[in-house]
Amino acid sequence: MTTTETAVRTPSAEEPVAEKKRGYGLPAAGFLAPFLLVYLLFIIGPGLYGLLMSFFDTSLVKPGLSSFAGLGNYTEALQSGDFWSSLWHTLWFTILTTPPLIVLALALALLADRVKHGRWFFRLAFFAPYILPSAVVALIWMFLYTPGLGLIEVSLGKIGITAPNWLGDPSWAMPSLAITTLWWTLGFNFVLYLAGLQEIPRDLYEASAIDGASPWQQIRSITLPLLGRTTTLVCVLQVIASLKVFDQMYIMTSGGPDFATRSILQYVYDSGFTNFRIGYASAVSMLFFLVVLAVSAVWFTIVRRQEKGV
Amino acid sequence: MSIATRPPASAMTVATRTKLFNRICAGVLIAFALLWLVPLLWAVDTALKPNAETVNTTWAINDPTVAAFGRILRDTDIVQWFGASIFISTLTAVGTVLLASLAAFALSRIKFRYSNVVFWFVLAGIMIPSQVLIVPQFREMDSLGLLNTFWAVSLPQIPTAVAVFIFKQFFDGLPRELEEVARMDGAGWLRIYRRIIMPLARPAVSAVAIFAFVTSWNDLLWPLLVLSNPDTMTIPVGLATVQGTFGIRYADTMASAILGAIPLVAVFLLFQRNIVEGIAGSGLKG
Repeated sequence: MTTTETAVRTPSAEEPVAEKKRGYGLPAAGFLAPFLLVYLLFIIGPGLYGLLMSFFDTSLVKPGLSSFAGLGNYTEALQSGDFWSSLWHTLWFTILTTPPLIVLALALALLADRVKHGRWFFRLAFFAPYILPSAVVALIWMFLYTPGLGLIEVSLGKIGITAPNWLGDPSWAMPSLAITTLWWTLGFNFVLYLAGLQEIPRDLYEASAIDGASPWQQIRSITLPLLGRTTTLVCVLQVIASLKVFDQMYIMTSGGPDFATRSILQYVYDSGFTNFRIGYASAVSMLFFLVVLAVSAVWFTIVRRQEKGV
Repeated sequence: MSIATRPPASAMTVATRTKLFNRICAGVLIAFALLWLVPLLWAVDTALKPNAETVNTTWAINDPTVAAFGRILRDTDIVQWFGASIFISTLTAVGTVLLASLAAFALSRIKFRYSNVVFWFVLAGIMIPSQVLIVPQFREMDSLGLLNTFWAVSLPQIPTAVAVFIFKQFFDGLPRELEEVARMDGAGWLRIYRRIIMPLARPAVSAVAIFAFVTSWNDLLWPLLVLSNPDTMTIPVGLATVQGTFGIRYADTMASAILGAIPLVAVFLLFQRNIVEGIAGSGLKG
């Protein structure tokens, strides 16, 4: 129906040229207004206010901005051991989670791509944890890690391995949180890789199979190079997601033991909402924002280069 | 070419080798999938035990019971938390879809000056992690008198730059002739949006709605800050707040986790295809 109508109407559709050139500013503004209003009020506005606050000694319990601090909050943060240690914990968590979350997701997606039946089952098994709230994940894993009777410790004990005190030992707490996070979020990367694999034309495999290429050769010379773009995307999304970690530590260790797992966001939370120093907390937020921006910028440069290369 | 030169026997061995390789692949994959299911199955297993039995770390249950679920429903405010979570997440999902689709419609279908500027201004929002804004947003909600209301949780989650981007990409793919005809017939922009574009945009609507819903449902940090009354808490905030009080009542703890998970598991089973395709689609293009 529409196609025949279109064919008949097309010539007359060129008529209001003058109107087209002027554009439709008013209706466009009407459509944009609701989004832009809420966007300005609750994203851009607070962003600018936060930037402003970071130069003041603003307190949560006093109205107004309070006295001007210049760069005081920033220099204090950069000289604070707590700032650097919480930033390091966040980076340590990112280092512990990113490689396994990418390599394992890729490996499992490569395996799943070869399996013809029951893909829904694998998708369910790997992806189901991802949609659970962090609190649910935390409750389940705190129980799995319970000293003395946790399933992991008991199972390892049966094969003769003495388990560490997962969440209680300062040097094991972060790896334990990383394992939980691996279980929780692997499915997201898995799904991205599965989608990337489906974009690869099947005849490439068929052609190389005829030429006698082994499955391993196919993976190395066809699959991995063609997954380059997906891998860049997975990497950057993963690094940014890991840098934003808060929930797991907040619920499972409260940043402990002995502040060994306090993340940068929890440091913001503690400075702003426990010590009421929201000016200082804003400065720390801005520094964190710079780290995230730097990661995004690196990603952007890599993508640009990849697009030029192809 | 190479088919002609290669003897058929070798092709056979390659085929059988590939078959064997695929078998091994399936085996490894199944092992990992089962491993991934263990924590969930263990939670269910534990929740069905009486609390006293949970200290024996075995899968066997001597005295299966659903009493733990009953205790959680009775002794905590979990029913109110459900209500709060459903209200907030629905409000966020509807608001996100509505505002983002309207804005994307203007950016994709209406010609106006500075549309590029507006688009980049919106896109810049993708760069700002919501966590960076919690301090000033808290102050804002405080001065607006919105603390401990559902609006405080939902409003900052509604303007989602990614959602505008997804809608715009989808709208850009729809043929222009559609609304040119309608405009010839004198239809206004709003009518084109409601009657022509939105009905065609169902896949984008469901992807954005599901994501907004799930993200809002699972958020912890922001609702934790603005909701402090036990009866206005969302599921994650409620669970995180009361988890310390269960002590060694592990069956109760696991029952609360399962009850907190059920709505999302239902959403996942209902919309599995949309969720997975949504991630794949937006991810690869983004």
